[in-house]
Amino acid sequence: MAALAIAGKDLRTEWRTKESINASVSFSWVILVLFSFAFDLDREEKLALSGGLLWLVYAFAGALIVNRSFAREVPNDCLDVLVASPAPGWAIFLGKAVACFALLMTVELISLPVFGLFYNINWTAAFFPLLLVIALATWGITVVGTAFSAVTVNVRLRELMLPVLLYPLLIPMLIGAMEMTTGLLNGNAVMSDIRLLIVFDAIFTSLAIYLIDFILVI
Amino acid sequence: MREKIVYGLGVLGTLLLLWNFYTIFLVIPIDALQGHIFRIIFIHVPAAITAFVFYGIAVLASIAFLVTKNFDWDSMAVSAVEVGTMFTLVNLATGSIWARVEWGIWWAWDARMTTQLMLFLLYLGYLLMRPAVTEPTQRATMSAILSIFAAADIPVVVMAIRLHNVRTQHPGPVLETGGLAPVYWPPFLIGIAAFLLLGSAMMVVRLHQESSSREIDSLRQELHAI
Repeated sequence: MAALAIAGKDLRTEWRTKESINASVSFSWVILVLFSFAFDLDREEKLALSGGLLWLVYAFAGALIVNRSFAREVPNDCLDVLVASPAPGWAIFLGKAVACFALLMTVELISLPVFGLFYNINWTAAFFPLLLVIALATWGITVVGTAFSAVTVNVRLRELMLPVLLYPLLIPMLIGAMEMTTGLLNGNAVMSDIRLLIVFDAIFTSLAIYLIDFILVI
Repeated sequence: MREKIVYGLGVLGTLLLLWNFYTIFLVIPIDALQGHIFRIIFIHVPAAITAFVFYGIAVLASIAFLVTKNFDWDSMAVSAVEVGTMFTLVNLATGSIWARVEWGIWWAWDARMTTQLMLFLLYLGYLLMRPAVTEPTQRATMSAILSIFAAADIPVVVMAIRLHNVRTQHPGPVLETGGLAPVYWPPFLIGIAAFLLLGSAMMVVRLHQESSSREIDSLRQELHAI
């Protein structure tokens, strides 16, 4: 219940300011445009690169979103109050992760048609399996990202440290998501590979929930 | 006493390493397929195994720190990570040289190479973050958490590179399958022992430095309080 309250609070704050979602959506569009100029691709090559392109954009957008998650609690010492509140640490963490997940999913679903349009890729054919892959991988990004947002909240050069720590951890999951997305867009996906995303999510969700008290109390 | 241990470990490790170099370069027979470059395996693989041992120590020390809040464990974790990262670099560099000769390229995005590189990057992030946090308890806790996360990532990396469409080029395992000729075992095992001894000597030196720097820090804080 407390987790839902925290998630609701974060989403409400975001809805009123729209600071990270606007930045994140426009950033992902800029990256999409940049990529299309960086590589002059024919149709075959576009399809072969599609999953990689899409997940690079999502990973960049994800870092922007999760970076704000705990950072927004720093002014006025809100984080101290949250930690002192009756809500347990894991509920604070889970609430924030759920809010980030909702925001990042929104950004991704807004960017997906733009991606299809710019690169002339038909993503509607395998939409539901694609949605499953996107949801699982996005949960992976947000759960690890929110945990590291909490870890780095008091670090000097926070905006710099978060991606340096986050991306190497996410690489195996991104490899899986890229392979699956490319496969789905090309119509030759191996659905059993989705196990990787499930394992990643399970490991890091449980680890983050278990360790979050150590992170928040310091 | 501490100095004697460092010198003892260091000298023993160096002697073993020199003797092993002699065996590797002058005694053991040449590999039929690869030529002389195969000798690099006696540095390459022991470096990887040594790095794993030190990363293992780092994770255990990190968990111990979170449980006990004793800063000696934090010192041990960071010393082990530094030594482990150095050996990972040795492993990556020797592997790359081997690949240049055998494959004609310095780097291939192969399964095991990617895993090692990920490990290197993860722990590089660990070493980068430490100076960015000034408060000692905070620094130690964050480092411990990061090191546990990094360790949890390794099985997933191993899983990721076995996916269907990910390419692989690394030579198959020869150790577990018994493909290593008996004559090659002694230099191989001695190589591991030498690296472990040298690594331990470095770790003890770093442990000493860490506890000194903690002492200096607390003295400085005391001075500020006055």
